[in-house]
Amino acid sequence: MNVKHEIRTYIVENILFGDGDGVDENASFQESGILDSTGFLELIGFVEERFDISIADDELSPEHFDSVVKMSTFVEQKLAAKAVA
Amino acid sequence: MTIGQAITWDALTLDCEKASEQIVKSIRESVGNKLKRRGLVVALSGGIDSSVVGALCVRALGPKRVFGLQLPERDSSSETLALSQLIVDHLGIEAESTDITDILTAVGCYRYRDEAIRSVIPEYGPDYKCKIVLPSLLGPESMRVFSVVVESPDGLQSRARLPLSAYLQIVAATNFKQRVRKTLEYFHADRLNYAVTGTPNRQEYDQGFFVKLGDGAADIKPIAHLYKMQVYQMAEYLGLPQAICERPPTTDTYSMPQDQEEFYFSVSHTVLDICLYGKNHGMTPEEIAPIASLEVEQVAHVYRDIEAKRRTTRYQHMAPLLIEPVPEIQANALH
Repeated sequence: MNVKHEIRTYIVENILFGDGDGVDENASFQESGILDSTGFLELIGFVEERFDISIADDELSPEHFDSVVKMSTFVEQKLAAKAVA
Repeated sequence: MTIGQAITWDALTLDCEKASEQIVKSIRESVGNKLKRRGLVVALSGGIDSSVVGALCVRALGPKRVFGLQLPERDSSSETLALSQLIVDHLGIEAESTDITDILTAVGCYRYRDEAIRSVIPEYGPDYKCKIVLPSLLGPESMRVFSVVVESPDGLQSRARLPLSAYLQIVAATNFKQRVRKTLEYFHADRLNYAVTGTPNRQEYDQGFFVKLGDGAADIKPIAHLYKMQVYQMAEYLGLPQAICERPPTTDTYSMPQDQEEFYFSVSHTVLDICLYGKNHGMTPEEIAPIASLEVEQVAHVYRDIEAKRRTTRYQHMAPLLIEPVPEIQANALH
């Protein structure tokens, strides 16, 4: 499972209507304008369902969610913690 | 001390005499020369913005050419009808009151909203109250995610984060309220050959705090350039009833009491006024922080949120997009 690839693909297919040329995986979602608040909510729903993880309110910080790379790193950490539990 | 004077800052002090003269002149020219209508319809909620707009319209056209509408529904606060009647009486205008609860019930406003709330809080029942809220911008930096808060008949509150589908359905359902009101405003405008006013202040207009084709629809928006504190100053200058001048900003959209801060802006209207003015005038967070009594990083966060809201709500200001320009119509609009 390539978490980063799946998140990027979801954004390109569902939010950018297939136009993935300009997606910088390190770019801030907030500053680049790729995701608005609705798009962000959509993406949270996607990763919770696709990776079967639950994200707590206090985990919803830019540190975890403000780019493709940050988000995939966070999801991978959640998956690793789940595997250990 | 009124709400608008809780924090004062010279930069936001309005020359009310000059500003009101400019607005009154512009209303007269707009209604007669551009809109070619004979008067104005104003929906009066009993809040400060619509009351100020109503008073300015009366100054511009006289009370006989302003028609007021009071449009409460079952979730409106008990103050709404009393204060809107107070301003109608104060202005001496003709007005009509229509309770829009039956219309909203018929289109499914409450049913769709409640269905979405029950998807995250199953015990939510017909006698419960509700609202949706955002986290404050002044706490730890977090992503902007709405939660729904419900209150049971015995006063017990529950809160749940909203997934996308529930959030969208609640907003879509409650938007019926603003759109039904605007439909009735245009009905009366059409039958009287009047134009329709919109009542946003600068915060609401700039930050997209309105429903497209709901309260965002209007022929003229007389106070869209005024900061909220300036609207309070104008209310005092126009001599509006004290109960209206002292009413805090409210959404009056959900059955639980809800201010605009927790629903949308995430900071108080005074803080937002100062930050918005500072940002619009190229002032740095370091310059604004002591004026707003905030930390520099908090001001920087508010600045980022102002930009984010502008991006997110840009489409609400857009006219329908055309595939090719129709220059003849654009030319007509300019003359």
